[in-house]
Amino acid sequence: MIWLETLIQGILLGGLYALFAAGLSLVFGIMRLVNLAHGDLIVVGAYMILIIVSILGINPFVATFIAAPGMFALGWLLQRFVLNRTLGDDILPPLLVTFGLSIALQNALLEGFSADSQRINAGALETASIPVGSLSIGIMPLLTFATAILVIFGLNQIIFRTALGRAFRATSDDPITASLMGIRPSSVFAIVTGLAMLVAIIAALYLGMRASFDPSIGPVRLIYAFEAVIIGGLGSLWGTLLGGIIIGVAQTFGAAINPEWQILAGHLAFLAVLLLRPRGLLPRAVD
Amino acid sequence: MSLLSIQSLDAFYGDFQALFAVNVALNHGETVAIIGANGAGKTTLLRSIAGVLKNAHGSISHNGEAIGALSADAVLARGIAMVPEGRKLFSSLTVEENLLIGAYAQRSEPEWTLEKIYDLFPVLAEKRHDASTMLSGGQQQMVAIGRALMSNPDVLLCDEISLGLAPVIVKKIYSEFPKIKSAGASVIVVEQDITQAVTVADTVYCMMEGGVTLSGKPSDLTKDQIHRAYFGVGVDE
Repeated sequence: MIWLETLIQGILLGGLYALFAAGLSLVFGIMRLVNLAHGDLIVVGAYMILIIVSILGINPFVATFIAAPGMFALGWLLQRFVLNRTLGDDILPPLLVTFGLSIALQNALLEGFSADSQRINAGALETASIPVGSLSIGIMPLLTFATAILVIFGLNQIIFRTALGRAFRATSDDPITASLMGIRPSSVFAIVTGLAMLVAIIAALYLGMRASFDPSIGPVRLIYAFEAVIIGGLGSLWGTLLGGIIIGVAQTFGAAINPEWQILAGHLAFLAVLLLRPRGLLPRAVD
Repeated sequence: MSLLSIQSLDAFYGDFQALFAVNVALNHGETVAIIGANGAGKTTLLRSIAGVLKNAHGSISHNGEAIGALSADAVLARGIAMVPEGRKLFSSLTVEENLLIGAYAQRSEPEWTLEKIYDLFPVLAEKRHDASTMLSGGQQQMVAIGRALMSNPDVLLCDEISLGLAPVIVKKIYSEFPKIKSAGASVIVVEQDITQAVTVADTVYCMMEGGVTLSGKPSDLTKDQIHRAYFGVGVDE
């Protein structure tokens, strides 16, 4: 029974990693842009929610809705005025610029909020659980996982069912021909990053409610997200969820055997998948 | 006033000059054919008109307004659509999605709808949900033409439609041109196939080494003149 409980915990933890990774996966899938500051932008989102919660004294879920438009705007502006200038045949400029952005964000947060750990208070929700048979499953992990599925389902609906999504895919295939269709690639990319930041603020909500955070934790979170994207298969959002679940399950089983093995087990699972399926489990993109 | 007028257009790829003082005019309802060998500058000319290559603003004008320095999306918004060389369908999109993306920047009253495109090329209706990569070359070319028409252009630029296709397919595609024109589009075709070009065109321009070497109505041009303008040598030499 303990193993079943561990398995369920691992799967639900995968939902959190998928939320961290979905924005990254979206941006990479459409623009081939690796955003090394994605983890730090999630932390920025967590501080935004924290500020709104502490000033207005409202529920963190409501605070997330209030922060969402600002986060979209942040992503839009970032892409429009900074990241679009780095896109081209050379893959190095986006890496260097987002790496620099990551360091700048961490230091700005440190300056503004100090290195103290913070937490978004979710009240009774934090410890609530529901009994399933002889097991008891935490409401918070369950909610995280459900949100991850909802977010990925929603993103897929946008990408595969709307005119905007068609423009995303067309621009991703061939920006020059897309411009012949009246699509302005730079505007499409700005919307994509805005959308990725909407996902990031949702990830930030769960990050802040489930564990404490401080300005420096972005890059560590980013590693799990990257692993989820890569083993899931580049460009596939459901693959990203699957990748998150694999890392989550590996980590909880590792921890169940020996608490020191938690992180290592996740990385080993990542390497094992890469060894067996170098292109990931559900690769969509050809290149 | 010409619908589209190109006046002493010079075009560059970096330091390399690809076009030298090119003059071309397209009138309402007309079909212009541009012929020439590989590397003569035909594709560069179309890319310049479509805004993929930016040029001196005044060197290209549409309905009397300069458009030479506009970006491709702005040129399309004015009603100039291109069927690019090599078809360039979007591989992540189905046949129908490829057609729909053509209507992304929908201009006022749509003359062309999905239904009308399927009337024009019935085979596409059967394949509407297939991946565009699953089609034959001729079918892909039909999608590329349909996709351009979906923006309801008044100028349609066609780059090497016959490239890599069987003659019977090329003939079939060109046989639909009267319908396309009657829907309100004037056409510029770039062709290596001289016979085909001369058959459809009201005016023929022949290009060589980045310049126009000959132009006129097909009926006024002799085979020898075209040959000279195309290859730089006559038939008998």
